[in-house]
Amino acid sequence: MLDNGFPLATESNILKELIRPPTILRSMVNTITGSSNVGETLPTGQLSTIPWRRAGVKYTNNEAYFDVVEEIDAILDKSGTTVFAEIQGVIDACVKLSGMPDLTLSFMNPRLLDDVSFHPCVRYKRWESERVISFVPPDGNFQLMSYHISAQNLVAIPVYVKQNISFFETGSSGRLDITVGPKQTMGKTVEGLVVTVHMPKVVLSANLNATQGTYNYDPVTKILVWDIGKLNPQKLPNLKGSLSLQSGAPKPEENPSLNIDLKIQQLAISGLKVNRLDMYGEKYKPFKGVKYVTKAGKFQVRT
Amino acid sequence: VSAAPSAFSDEKGGSASEPEYGHDPASGGIFSSDYKRHDDLKEMLDSNKDSLKLEAMKRIVAMIARGKNASDLFPAVVKNVACKNIEVKKLVYVYLVRYAEEQQDLALLSISTFQRGLKDPNQLIRASALRVLSSIRVTIIVPIMMLAIKEAASDMSPYVRKTAAHAIPKLHSLDPEQKDQLIEVIEKLLADKTTLVAGSVVMAFEEVCPDRIDLIHKNYRKLCNLLIDVEEWGQVVIINMLTRYARTQFLNPNINESLLEENSEKAFYASDDEEEEDKKAEPATLAKRKPYVMDPDHRLLLRNTKPLLQSRNAAVVMAVAQLYFHLAPKAEVGIIAKALVRLMRSHSEVQYVVLQNVATMSIKRRGMFEPYLKSFYIRSTDPTQIKVLKLEVLTNLANETNISTILREFQTYIKSMDKDFVAASIQAIGRCATNIGEVRDTCLNGLVQLLSNRDELVVAESVVVIKKLLQMQPEQHSDIIKHMAKLIDNIQVPMARASILWLIGEYCEHVPKIAPDVLRKMAKSFTNEEDIVKLQIINLAAKLYLTNSKQSKLLTQYVLNLAKYDQNYDIRDRARFIRQLIVPTDKSGALSKYAKKLFLALKPAPVLESPFKDRDHFQLGSLSHLLNAKAAGYQELPNWPESAPDPSVRNVEIPDWSKCSSRKDRKEKKVEKPFYSDSEGESGPTESADSGNCESDSGSGSASASGSDESGSGSESEESGEETESDEEEEDEEEEKKKRKKLDKTKAKKQAEESAERCTIHTIHQISCIINFDQFDMNKITSVFSQTLAPSGSIKMYELLHRIKGEGLAVEYCFSRQPFSPEPNMVAVQIQFTNNTNSETKNLHIEDPRLQSGMRIREFAEIDVLAAGESVTVVMGIDFCDSTQAANFQLCTHTRKFFVSIQPPVGELMTPAFLTENDFKKEQGKLMGMNEILEKLTLGEKCVNEHVIVERVTATANLSRVPCGSDKECRFAGKTVSSGCLVLVTVTTKEGGGAQLTVNCEKMLIGTMLVKDILQALSQ
Repeated sequence: MLDNGFPLATESNILKELIRPPTILRSMVNTITGSSNVGETLPTGQLSTIPWRRAGVKYTNNEAYFDVVEEIDAILDKSGTTVFAEIQGVIDACVKLSGMPDLTLSFMNPRLLDDVSFHPCVRYKRWESERVISFVPPDGNFQLMSYHISAQNLVAIPVYVKQNISFFETGSSGRLDITVGPKQTMGKTVEGLVVTVHMPKVVLSANLNATQGTYNYDPVTKILVWDIGKLNPQKLPNLKGSLSLQSGAPKPEENPSLNIDLKIQQLAISGLKVNRLDMYGEKYKPFKGVKYVTKAGKFQVRT
Repeated sequence: VSAAPSAFSDEKGGSASEPEYGHDPASGGIFSSDYKRHDDLKEMLDSNKDSLKLEAMKRIVAMIARGKNASDLFPAVVKNVACKNIEVKKLVYVYLVRYAEEQQDLALLSISTFQRGLKDPNQLIRASALRVLSSIRVTIIVPIMMLAIKEAASDMSPYVRKTAAHAIPKLHSLDPEQKDQLIEVIEKLLADKTTLVAGSVVMAFEEVCPDRIDLIHKNYRKLCNLLIDVEEWGQVVIINMLTRYARTQFLNPNINESLLEENSEKAFYASDDEEEEDKKAEPATLAKRKPYVMDPDHRLLLRNTKPLLQSRNAAVVMAVAQLYFHLAPKAEVGIIAKALVRLMRSHSEVQYVVLQNVATMSIKRRGMFEPYLKSFYIRSTDPTQIKVLKLEVLTNLANETNISTILREFQTYIKSMDKDFVAASIQAIGRCATNIGEVRDTCLNGLVQLLSNRDELVVAESVVVIKKLLQMQPEQHSDIIKHMAKLIDNIQVPMARASILWLIGEYCEHVPKIAPDVLRKMAKSFTNEEDIVKLQIINLAAKLYLTNSKQSKLLTQYVLNLAKYDQNYDIRDRARFIRQLIVPTDKSGALSKYAKKLFLALKPAPVLESPFKDRDHFQLGSLSHLLNAKAAGYQELPNWPESAPDPSVRNVEIPDWSKCSSRKDRKEKKVEKPFYSDSEGESGPTESADSGNCESDSGSGSASASGSDESGSGSESEESGEETESDEEEEDEEEEKKKRKKLDKTKAKKQAEESAERCTIHTIHQISCIINFDQFDMNKITSVFSQTLAPSGSIKMYELLHRIKGEGLAVEYCFSRQPFSPEPNMVAVQIQFTNNTNSETKNLHIEDPRLQSGMRIREFAEIDVLAAGESVTVVMGIDFCDSTQAANFQLCTHTRKFFVSIQPPVGELMTPAFLTENDFKKEQGKLMGMNEILEKLTLGEKCVNEHVIVERVTATANLSRVPCGSDKECRFAGKTVSSGCLVLVTVTTKEGGGAQLTVNCEKMLIGTMLVKDILQALSQ
């Protein structure tokens, strides 16, 4: 919400109070009663000293969930060596607690975190002195913090890619051969594996054979997507076949790079672990939960 | 009424499949149906159902959003501005803001609603009324806006004050002549201690009067301390402003280093004989170089902004980064690198801005980003402009140690599909080669290999870069030149052809056999070349003519002849010029002798520079920096001052906590300040939600306090550093405190006296309450008290009936200033009847009162008999409805009727109100703006002291004195009898008999009249 070009309220909790996000139930009620999603009450949140939290929150089930999501940003070169790798992590929270809870989240290994940025609710001084995250949470979903584990630390790369993409000088055709295998997965399964290749403009079509998953080549955008799914360490997925090029066009100079997408449940690749969550200021006992996920961020293999 | 809903429901049925406002405006039927449609909108707006109004307003706002004209609905819409439904109201506001400027007269109709809204007990309504009022761009209401802003600036609620700050730039853009008054408001709001206001008022400051740096002095430390708790967007504005402020007030922290650099550079270049001189000069410069001590305020700013680098908001991080870049000592700037690198994970728009700034920073402080070199590696999926910027940063970061990795990286980039990016990569290689001598040959070889690349653009770019590199050492590379000469047959890109031709011409002596042949080929294709190539052909011809005229004389003439008839006048000009210069004729001037020197002079090698060099004279993070051109509204970043301005201007008197006896106490207080809350209680008593927040806040505050306590005892070096610094500050303050002590003592005495005074007032108040309970005869007892309160003997008698006119009956009245016990909202009028006749008068009573509407009279009980020569006093009550209209009635005796009237002076329409000093200030704060009347006056000769003033004022008006800390001020408070509105009077005396009178009262009429009366009383 802006006033004369100056941002007045960007806090999502305040905005949600102004215009409530639509739900199925609410839109049904609205069609019947003729009301709308615009809040009837005035947004008092703006006046509060803790603008991110609604007043008078009440839940029957008090629960607090934290998702530690880590993304691996990496560039691997042709031979599979890591040119650059780092981990970008975020902790997403879903806090549904009544009243004004004051939470403290601590880690087993906080020194791991190289660079952090916090939601305004986090008391930075306590982080600096004790390395714990102390905060009065906003109500509902929010991003508590994001962190960065830089290239200085060794970053585990969960998969390796063997690839060979070549174009022939004559005959306007090329060959493609990609194999993906597990590398450092910490004993977990790699899921949701997708390989995306941006082909050169002259590639007209691809005639390939995938041992696992499906592939799709879009001749308009020149993007080849190979959706592998779960990675089976016993039988490595392979994509092999020929590419046909525009006839008469010179062989492309460049080799396309591969973008990898993947997901590993129940693992934070950096090894970050939440130690405990304490609550002060309220009497009830909340239900607490932490989930870890590792994903590929900007994960690129050069060829 | 019944017709309207049915019409609407038809309408709705029709619009269900195809929404009304979805019609194509170009379709033919639009005009006829348009008219109708507006009609039904009007009907809906006039209906008394909120849902219909809402629907209509939604459609109207949708029309506005689609750019359709909805202005003819203005009257119908404006009516609804007073609608109770908040949602309708909001949409009407949106409409008003859009169309008020066009229909100024009609817009004025809505103003009164806003004025009422400004008085609403709910702070949110007050704020939104002000927001819309200030968004209406109608010049006539400028004075109203000004008043409203002034009033809101002293509102109880910080939220309303924040809105007032937002309104300031709007009013300033509407009427720049209000600047001076607005600056006053800004000054007042800058002193505000709440975090909510701080950001907005600084924004207003930046818009209205960014050059008034003097307004910041007193608030500097407060702003620094509040910064962490201000909302994000406010932080950005404050940090940018403080950067500018610090540049004017503090010394350059790197001053010694820059001197050192200069010195060492000098020593490096100095020849032997100069060195001795230097040695002599050195002690002098050393003496001049004072040890730099950072101003504690400068340190405060750096320390308080540092945690904001961890903000989730990219704008805040960027603002802090630029602050550190511009203000921090060299050794400390490094900390921003990490945060900036983090921002590069963000959206590509953010990346773009951050990279621009990193590019500028990396030129001046290369070391800062070197550890993060790999973060600038380029992915094939990055957008081109991001790639180019990353390349720029990588090039800036290249040095002897990392050049091999960077070059290896560059080699992969050259294979990219993105041709613009490849071209930029080649340029980057060229720059690395010029900057780092060791790799020049490697780079050159790599570039030469690129000459055989299939892609013409790559080759062309390589040629251009190679040309620049060859200029540095042409002797060793004649083979490359030969190779390039061969390329001219294939390369079509004009810039590359021109570059090759220039190279051959320039170094034709290294390739004596090839050069004439190239010219021959080019002469053949001359007419088909681009202009830039033609110019270089002429150039080549001229150079060959000078060095090898035997082989190329005819060719040159041929080329010059072709050029003579070229379409482009530049080329014709050049041909003419060159012919005169090189071909010796009898007419040719003195210059032709020097033709060889002119053309074949040794040319300095080009310096390949970053386009981001020297961009840091723009404040980083600003739009101007991004554009590399001064944008409108850009505030120049001033240079550091030679010597620091007086730092004491920032000292603020903080009487409240300097009263703590020991320093330890104070420290504790400091620590106790909650981490994220304001130093002031924010909410009024009505906001229950807020008070809840406050409570929990203090809880969390203490938690964080305990945290920082622990850290204090810990061995964190940073913390201890902080403390010593704050100690220093405190010592400074200590001295001040001593000075102030004397003052404090005298103040304390006065306060004691005042509190005693206050006590007596309170007891009186209590007693009167007790009496009330006990059902005593009020009149008798209160008269005793009222005499102690109101100055004695000042009660003035007025004549109601002269004894001649009354045929012997004289009637006088006075305002007894006692509460009229039967009806407390009536003014008690004491009437004295004197019978001057020789006979008794009977049945004295009142009849037939003729009163203004709302006024009431409570008659006195009939006096049965008034004996001759006797007099009797009765009390009657009149409710004047807080107006000075006369009460007319008939006074009857048993024989006659007299028409009489009682007109009260305004001062009698009120009763004293007992307020404490704080209450008074609070109430006065609520009654600002239009409710405040200010008047300057010169005191009369007899008004020599406070006592006289008090006497005069209390005689004029039935007010009670309010205790006051200052002896220059007298304050009085009262309430109007009938409606109980507060009347506050302040008389401030000044040197030399001058004084200022302030009256605050909701009833403006009463205020104005009271001012007049008091003025008269005081200036007599």
